[in-house]
Amino acid sequence: MPATYEPIATNTLASAVATVEFTSISGTYTDIIAVINSTLASSSGAVQAIVNSDTASNYSYTRLIGNGTAASSDRGTSTTTMFLGDSSTTPTTILVHFQNYSNTTTNKTVIARNNDSTSRVTATVNLWRSTSAITTIKFQNNAAVNFAIGSQFTLYGIKAA
Amino acid sequence: MIGNVIAGMFAGGVTSDFESIATVTVGAGGATDVTFSSIATTWQHLQIRVLARSNRAAADDNIAIQLNSDTGANYSHHNLRGSGTSASSGATASASLISGADITASTALSNTFSVHIIDILDYKDTNKYTTIRTLGGYDVNGDGNIRLTSGSWRNTAAVSTIKLYPATTGSWVQYTSIALYGIKG
Repeated sequence: MPATYEPIATNTLASAVATVEFTSISGTYTDIIAVINSTLASSSGAVQAIVNSDTASNYSYTRLIGNGTAASSDRGTSTTTMFLGDSSTTPTTILVHFQNYSNTTTNKTVIARNNDSTSRVTATVNLWRSTSAITTIKFQNNAAVNFAIGSQFTLYGIKAA
Repeated sequence: MIGNVIAGMFAGGVTSDFESIATVTVGAGGATDVTFSSIATTWQHLQIRVLARSNRAAADDNIAIQLNSDTGANYSHHNLRGSGTSASSGATASASLISGADITASTALSNTFSVHIIDILDYKDTNKYTTIRTLGGYDVNGDGNIRLTSGSWRNTAAVSTIKLYPATTGSWVQYTSIALYGIKG
């Protein structure tokens, strides 16, 4: 059986930066998984993704939220980014699945699970209304603050037989 | 999630414990189901990664899972779901299938497919019933659903066949892609 689930690239921040971008992502794999261990240098905010440098209103999401008191759900339409989960000055983890990211026949549906021990847990399904293959992924946050030193962003590739 | 565990393992340099077993990509004629059969007991867990849309004359449906061709009322499932406006939970006992997350169907935004990650844990263990979990859903810019599901198959047999199909009616449309992976213990 062919082994898969290979690390593609990791960026462990040696200095605080506002954005982390992976470029020239090849179409070698079937799925891309991003594992994010992020801490914001100040404030709290949502971790977002922009693919292929598309900053137009071509994204949307549906989200499920548990905050320790109640479950809720919300959505965003015609947004300018994907929403992946929450981050704060306490480390949080986010696992993002870019499934069939390189096909050129379907819009891209991306699902994310976020664990923020300080506030809430979320699961979010995002849509990017484009049939282009994803070749770049940029992570940022809507607080527009830096990701702290030590934050880690890793891409893995899964290749189907 | 398994993904987290595997990611941690691979960060240490182990790259051979997540293996691709088989993949089905549906052709132009569609397919009523995708079935993986004669699954070996080589692995500890199975993961199925799905990109799917059905031709049901509706906005959506649910992905259905049956194991070992058992069509009896030997399944049950619970879910937690978000509709974009509210969260809710449901359960079904003595079902003939495990109903997972929503899939897009024929009246949904064109070219838009749902995604699903289905984990079948300890699938070959003959000492306990089989439990699965799923995460999946879709968004179509103004509508959508996301759902977490746990499912039980009340049978101690090793899982050797997995059937995935649209729960209500219809077929998988072209470009639906379902991939089965094995995770070693």
